Amino acid sequence: MTDTTSDGPMLAADGTPLKKSLARALRLQKMRALMLIAPLLLFVLFSFIIPIFSMLSRSVENDIVADTLPLTVVELQAWNADSGELPDEAVYAAFVADMVVAIEAKKHTRLGTRLNYEQTGMSSLFRKSGRKIKRMDPATDGPFKEALIDVDKKWGDVETWRVIKTHSPRITNGYFLNAVDMRRTPEGAQAQPEDKQILVKLFGRTLIMSLIITGSCILLGYPVAWILANLPMRTANVLMILVLLPFWTSLLVRTSAWKVMLQQQGVINEVLVWLGMVADDARLVMINNQTGTIIAMTHILLPFMILPMYSVMQTINPSYLRAAKSMGATNWTAFWRVYFPLSIPGIGAGSILVFILAIGYYITPEIVGGTKGVFISNRIAYHISSSLNWGLAAALGTILLAVVLILYWAYDKIVGIDNVKLG
Amino acid sequence: MKFTKLTALAVTTALVAPAAFAQEMTIVSWGGAYSKSQKNAYHDPYSEKTGVTIINDDSSAEAVAKLRAMNEAGNVTWDVVDVVAADAIRLCDEGLAMEIDPDTMLAPAPDGTSAADDFGDLLVSDCFIPQIVYSTTFGYRTDLVGDTPPTEICAVFDTEAYPGKRSLEKRPINNMEWALLCDGVAKDDVYDVLATPEGQDQALAKLDTIKDDVIWWSAGADTPQLLADGEIVMGSTYNGRLFSVIEEQKQPVAMLWDAQVFDLDGWIIPAGLSEERQKQALDYIMFATDTQRLADQAKWISYGPARASSAPLVGKHADLGIDMAPHMPTDPNNAKNTFLYNYEFWADYRDDIDAKFQAWLAK
Repeated sequence: MTDTTSDGPMLAADGTPLKKSLARALRLQKMRALMLIAPLLLFVLFSFIIPIFSMLSRSVENDIVADTLPLTVVELQAWNADSGELPDEAVYAAFVADMVVAIEAKKHTRLGTRLNYEQTGMSSLFRKSGRKIKRMDPATDGPFKEALIDVDKKWGDVETWRVIKTHSPRITNGYFLNAVDMRRTPEGAQAQPEDKQILVKLFGRTLIMSLIITGSCILLGYPVAWILANLPMRTANVLMILVLLPFWTSLLVRTSAWKVMLQQQGVINEVLVWLGMVADDARLVMINNQTGTIIAMTHILLPFMILPMYSVMQTINPSYLRAAKSMGATNWTAFWRVYFPLSIPGIGAGSILVFILAIGYYITPEIVGGTKGVFISNRIAYHISSSLNWGLAAALGTILLAVVLILYWAYDKIVGIDNVKLG
Repeated sequence: MKFTKLTALAVTTALVAPAAFAQEMTIVSWGGAYSKSQKNAYHDPYSEKTGVTIINDDSSAEAVAKLRAMNEAGNVTWDVVDVVAADAIRLCDEGLAMEIDPDTMLAPAPDGTSAADDFGDLLVSDCFIPQIVYSTTFGYRTDLVGDTPPTEICAVFDTEAYPGKRSLEKRPINNMEWALLCDGVAKDDVYDVLATPEGQDQALAKLDTIKDDVIWWSAGADTPQLLADGEIVMGSTYNGRLFSVIEEQKQPVAMLWDAQVFDLDGWIIPAGLSEERQKQALDYIMFATDTQRLADQAKWISYGPARASSAPLVGKHADLGIDMAPHMPTDPNNAKNTFLYNYEFWADYRDDIDAKFQAWLAK
């Protein structure tokens, strides 16, 4: 009896091998844990991750040309875009056949809008031609080449057909090229004309200004967090409300308040003029430029810096400082060699929070940023809500997301993400 | 026997059902004083007449993007949407708004003129039902311009005669036209010139001369606020906003009507509504865009009614008791030199010129 048990697998009370039984118990436990977080997981999946990916996928998706003009796209394959010659009758006939179907489904104007992002004039070309092509019969009214050029002379322009052919693939890099101030042409990627280049500049500006804002949040937040952490609990709690109060106020209200403070007829300028420190005709320009954006955003994001710093500083034992001093360290040495290194996880957490929030900010720069203080997110908002160029907006958003992930990775390599403490 | 009774019942229900509308409808507009004028002139009388509750949604500024998202999700929750004409054209192009037949879906004028003739040229899109004519024009501080108040548009570019900041909208539309006009381009040639890269450069070069003196706005409320604060000497905005600064808030501000740009605002009905809701929306539109209703709206806001037959019915402001006709952008005294927003041009050139304009702004 004893022999068999020592040789064979160890059995649980019900006779199953212990390993199996344990695994089952653990699996049950895991399942139960999964069930508990399932609602949140599903919620995040459906309301966050799937929408984000479907939005990002628009940055390369370009079904509209091939779906609206299926026959034309096939016929255009045979046409050499660099020949300088117009496509032949087969392309025109296919185009009319496609258009008649598209007009019926009211999709041709949509295609016009899409192609207008690439070539000015496409929008009205499709809208106006649609009204006339509607009356054509693809079976009997041929030949169509002359007829179409009659409808609008742009159909006799090689460039029009080059644009359609260039943007016909279902997957395109065109939006990403546009997002970095380039464009897709039959000859490959080319730089946009200089007077239309703006997006790369805005990416750079967004990163630099977010860094400046993060820096000024550290400088302003560190002393505040230090005071809060070293005051008696009762006083600290009262002061904490002062930190949190702006946090609870609407973003728009705070931004508008800065407008009242900073403008040339605003509170600060009035006081300075009244004190005689600034001449009446040389009032300071502190808003509608980068200064305005930096001041307002630093104020708005400051709590995100102070809170993690405070919670980390609270855990630093004050006797470390006393020990350092008792061994002969000056105040500065004790702070710099002992206290500061211990508080770095708080700075790291605050910086990541502030930087990532800053990089995607758009209301505040829009209101106080003027022309030089706007971010890339303002262009994304424009393309989402005004120009309806969601492909370009998605490409810009994807790049922004990639930049954040790269910076996060770099931060992990340099500082180490396990050094970050939120409390 | 039983069978016939049931059938009869079913038939009667089917006949009665379409008349019984849903009890609620969501109407989207711009909010503020504008929505208030619509509530007074359209929503309240309509609710009184039909018993339908009207829910206001102040989302017109993002209407195009939101409608597209709703349409893709297959769940359009809006019944009637107030948009500017350029957005209506965009929505119509995208297949997001339903096409309107003015002869069957809109009320004729009291004298029998068909709706199509009554609205005339203002029916700029197949999906658009015009409601008001508004204009983008300049207001200036009367106490900051000395003894020679500006009378014409080029004062905006004259920083010597009128020193101080100006506010302009942060987009190329209107600004490019004004710049060319003040750079010696004849009014009839403005869009021909603006269609060429050289013309666009010319307009930007003219704007360059005042770039350091401009505060760029993106919300219609910005210029009135900047004027009231004395932050700017003159600035562009919608004429109704200036009316409220001048007449309601009694600020020292006056209108510079010269070269005002007319634009239209009106209704669209989203595509893809259920039959019942579409019927309800059309019923509302038929009621809210008739001659009297359009004239009524002018009692609460200084925008001109879009029907020719409404103009003679415009009366006094409901609260201030002043005559509204002289404050309408379409009043002959105000409309000596006007532009009409060139919808077709900007539908084509907006993406291109906007990119150049933004690049120029960031320089």
